[in-house]
Amino acid sequence: MTYRFVVNGDPVEVEVPGMRRLLDVLREDLSLTGTKEGCGEGECGACSVLLDGMVVDSCLVPVCQVEGSSVETVEGLADGAALNDLQTAFLETGGAQCGICTPGMLLAGEAFLASGASATDAAIREAIAGNLCRCTGYTKIVEAIALAAQRRSALQVE
Amino acid sequence: MPVEPPVVSPRTLPEAYALLAAEAYRPVAGGTDLLVQITGEMGEPPERVLDIWRLDELRGIRVESDALVIGALTTYGEIRRSPLVGEFLPAFAEAAATIGAVQIQNRGTIGGNAVNASPAGDMLPLLLACDARLVAGSAGGERVIGAADFWPAYRRTALAPNELLLRISIPLVPARTVRYRKIGTRRAQAISKVVMALAWESGDDSRAAWNNVHLALGSVAAVPIRAPRTEAVLENAPPTEATADRAASSLADEISPIDDVRSSADYRRAVAARVLHRLVRDEGHW
Amino acid sequence: MTRTLPPATRPPVAPEALILTPGATLPGRAASRSPLRREGPAKLIGLAQYADDLVFPGAWYGATVRSTEPHARLLAIDLDEAYDWTKVVVVTAADIPGDNVVATIRDDQPVLVPIGGEIRHQAEALCLLAAADRSTLREARRHLTIRTEPLPPVFDPLESTEEFSHVVVERGDLEVGFAEAELVIEGTYRVGHQEQLYIENQAMIAVPREDGGVTVHGSCQCPYYIHRALKRSLDLTDIQAVVVQAETGGGFGGKEEYPSIIALHAALLARKAGRPVRMIYDRHEDLSATTKRHPAVIRHRTGVTRDGRLVAQEIDVVMDGGAYCTLTPVVLSRGVLHAGGPYRCANVRITGRAMATNTPPNGAFRGFGAPQVEFAAEMQVNRIAEALDISPLELRRRWAFREGDITPTGQVLRESVAAVEVLEAAAEASDFARHAEQTRRAREARQSGARVASGIGVALGWHGAGFTGSGEVHIGGVASVELTDGGVVRILTAQTEMGQGTKTIFPQLVAAELGLEQAEVEVAPQDTSIVPDSGPTVASRTAMVVGGLIITAARRLRAEVESVTGGQFAQTYGAFAKEHGGRRFDERFVPYPNIHFDDATYRGDAYPAFGWACAVAQVEVDLDTGEVSVRDVVSADDAGRIIHPILAEGQVEGGTLQAIGYATIEEIKLVDGRYLNDRLATYLIPTALDAPRIQAILVESPFSGAPHGAKGLGELPMDVGAPAVVAAIHDATGVWIHDLPATPERILAAMTGAPTPPPPGVSAPGSKRGPA
Repeated sequence: MTYRFVVNGDPVEVEVPGMRRLLDVLREDLSLTGTKEGCGEGECGACSVLLDGMVVDSCLVPVCQVEGSSVETVEGLADGAALNDLQTAFLETGGAQCGICTPGMLLAGEAFLASGASATDAAIREAIAGNLCRCTGYTKIVEAIALAAQRRSALQVE
Repeated sequence: MPVEPPVVSPRTLPEAYALLAAEAYRPVAGGTDLLVQITGEMGEPPERVLDIWRLDELRGIRVESDALVIGALTTYGEIRRSPLVGEFLPAFAEAAATIGAVQIQNRGTIGGNAVNASPAGDMLPLLLACDARLVAGSAGGERVIGAADFWPAYRRTALAPNELLLRISIPLVPARTVRYRKIGTRRAQAISKVVMALAWESGDDSRAAWNNVHLALGSVAAVPIRAPRTEAVLENAPPTEATADRAASSLADEISPIDDVRSSADYRRAVAARVLHRLVRDEGHW
Repeated sequence: MTRTLPPATRPPVAPEALILTPGATLPGRAASRSPLRREGPAKLIGLAQYADDLVFPGAWYGATVRSTEPHARLLAIDLDEAYDWTKVVVVTAADIPGDNVVATIRDDQPVLVPIGGEIRHQAEALCLLAAADRSTLREARRHLTIRTEPLPPVFDPLESTEEFSHVVVERGDLEVGFAEAELVIEGTYRVGHQEQLYIENQAMIAVPREDGGVTVHGSCQCPYYIHRALKRSLDLTDIQAVVVQAETGGGFGGKEEYPSIIALHAALLARKAGRPVRMIYDRHEDLSATTKRHPAVIRHRTGVTRDGRLVAQEIDVVMDGGAYCTLTPVVLSRGVLHAGGPYRCANVRITGRAMATNTPPNGAFRGFGAPQVEFAAEMQVNRIAEALDISPLELRRRWAFREGDITPTGQVLRESVAAVEVLEAAAEASDFARHAEQTRRAREARQSGARVASGIGVALGWHGAGFTGSGEVHIGGVASVELTDGGVVRILTAQTEMGQGTKTIFPQLVAAELGLEQAEVEVAPQDTSIVPDSGPTVASRTAMVVGGLIITAARRLRAEVESVTGGQFAQTYGAFAKEHGGRRFDERFVPYPNIHFDDATYRGDAYPAFGWACAVAQVEVDLDTGEVSVRDVVSADDAGRIIHPILAEGQVEGGTLQAIGYATIEEIKLVDGRYLNDRLATYLIPTALDAPRIQAILVESPFSGAPHGAKGLGELPMDVGAPAVVAAIHDATGVWIHDLPATPERILAAMTGAPTPPPPGVSAPGSKRGPA
């Protein structure tokens, strides 16, 4: 089957079985390997992407359900080599260590920031509770998201 | 190494019914259970799949006469955020919030939870405790299945192979209180060790006796169950320490959970009794 | 001199706050600014190349056929004759050109079990398949049958008669000690398996070389371990075996020795297929087959006087090595050396045995034997404090090692002893005394029907820095700094980056020596055809030992250049390279002065120095369910000198949470020698909602043997987190949990007097054992 959808703003068309996981379509058919597989069963969140703005585990989404939708992956966050504000905050606070959970964390963080929810410690932790990290103890990831939220809200005030 | 069985994505319910009338399909909604099964690690994946995600008539939450009606494709996230659920059945929002984390809540559906028929299904004790009516549809029309009859055996539902679950209707009963408690291994992304839903009717006075008590549990048997003997202990009794003691001890006798990878029979039995005791204690404010 | 660093990054900081506090000129404080993680941008934009991201045109997929029995004789591997095997490559033990052993300590583990050979554990590799696509691979697997003859398995290390190693450490006279004791406390503590759970699964890709050798790309900690294994089993020369580290998504010890097996498997398939072969584990395979932290049974008998003096420690440690030796003797050795805890005691005997069982082999994991024994040691201290009615903080204050004290191996702690400093720092930051008083009052006033209880607990620990005993001398690692002909300063080591920060701190250290900006210093890739063998990236030795070597090499480079140019290195090295060409300085490890250890008698300086750690944990326990919520942890850790405070805090925070997982929820149950928790839905680690607020306090008590004063850091928090949490659970509930993890099942059983759940780490028997 042919499926058409948008990835990071670009329209794409793939000829693949409909039950192929979005994760595999991104990594293998579209060569977007920034999205990682950690468990294949929706436990670790390493494969998180935004599907029509909602954060989902791309290992649990069959591509037949992506037809006509918009997907955002880690590759879509930076402007060329220029990190976006959330990526910058991760770099500054030390929120990325081994980096394998980072793409998924960033997208969970983006979904949280886009929700407009108040960036409290508890709210941020709940927003990334579906993303496992084994390096950081989460402290610096929470700090990074809080920092990005603070900077975005400062921008909005201006 | 996922297996990729053939899939059909009908756009309308009649189209879906026609497909189901011709061949057996495994429906996929949000995919949070089925996509794990196509990894090939957990037995044979389904032979062919029916993607019902586009059947928008199965979405949405509304109040109809004396019931809250939740479309089968309604996600946990939608249940959590629904003002109607918050107003009429807040325990459903609480339960939805305990399932997975945001990624799962954005995809997993209440219908999928019911049809997957896991004994640990987080929403299922609530459906039992609230006497939910599950509406199934096929080319032949619709029929209503009571929650008490929906899970006849381990991982089985009362749906015929040509039927889809369309919506779940939860009667709204005045003066009913519903409480929910899940015991998991961690605070998110956890399958339950014990899940409990308790519903009863009473007056405004917290010392008044309870009526029409429904107690349902998950993860303590091969299917989600009611606990009728313990319900009888709670029936017409006020939430006092003596009631709580009797009910807890009754529940410990009534259930026969098993040891598995997540917990032990001993713990499940003990904690189910203690959580029930705690619920009664909390209601009685002592 | 010991000092405590102020927190470097909290609350969230703007970039300018990355500038360190004064102290930037201290030796080892490499630059006035902590550089940003060097490979951070690539990781953040999704372009960092982990093994599974690498593309090799024409590559096939590899798979491992594994045992489904804990102990059996392998009779035959039958290929269904009706199936078309031309589309598939099959590798068995008969295809191994060199030795069929995975080179580690003992030659007991086969690369693949040979026909007629012994299957010693579940999920053991029997043969290998490769095919162009995954569905062919899956189909081929169905047409292959394994025939075996069952053998009786052994699951309990206490019942095993097969020993991998044993160790005895003695000091003083135990009889004299117990004669002086007025109170003798005994305890048995058991800990189960723990999975490293790097989020990137194990992965290796092998590519045949034109010279008949093989290049392996993959996720690993120790490229030269793999290099050695490839040479041995594939009969290759140094040049024919090439190992290139891909970006590595966490290791924690789990990618120390196991990647050698995967690399061998991929290489065997690639050579037979004549094309690249990808061996990428999924989580289920990774959890089922790869090494875990060793389960252990630790028995203590401790003699104290009524006034609280520690006079005798008798400790017996039994570790379960699993089916093969792997690194078990070294893990046991570290375990025994740390088993007494950081406490002064004149009469000590510690015995240790590592036993074989028919379970998957256990191996390296952050802490390397110490977390198991230090849990037991700290539990014992807490129980003694309770028996003597002395505050657990006060008792540790009295007993903790000071400079000049002597360890059980007879090592005189001459310098860098910060046990009291970390204890006081953590106690102060957590306001331990006040909280302990509050929880005590709350406990005493508690009525039946109470819903939750709070508790606070403290644990003190030590961790020998770098390799045990003569390990570093045996390895003889070489690290280099070069000025290339093109005028580039480059660091050449085999030390891998797996998240802990090697690629950031190495250039930081060298830049400081050379007076350069850290961005002007390059790090050569971890490719065995390019970099020397500077030893494995394990035992927290990277910053301390290899960091020291590159500092020395950089100093030599600077001296050479400046002696010729007469100017400052930074101003003249470009011109020097142009005129005189490049220079490379290889620095080999030289033994630290006055550090001697006798491996035969276990006497002497077991480690060149020790790091010190203290954790204070605050928990809330649900008294109805036994559920534990760890609210706050303060971890004070002494790593000699902190090179990069943000990275250092990251080590402490991550290690602390790993320890909390070990303490509370991470458990593996076994049936018939098979792990039941073999998926991420059943092996659970803490999420962000389970993680406490963690305050990392960095204490600096430098080690004079390293030019920059650094000791190890990464393992310290792992040693103290679990006992602090279990002490806090006791403070809340009044019950002692002797087994890890302290699950609600164990806590509720202890609180209600119900039967204790089965001990962790020991397999239940299979239901269908017997003649086939």
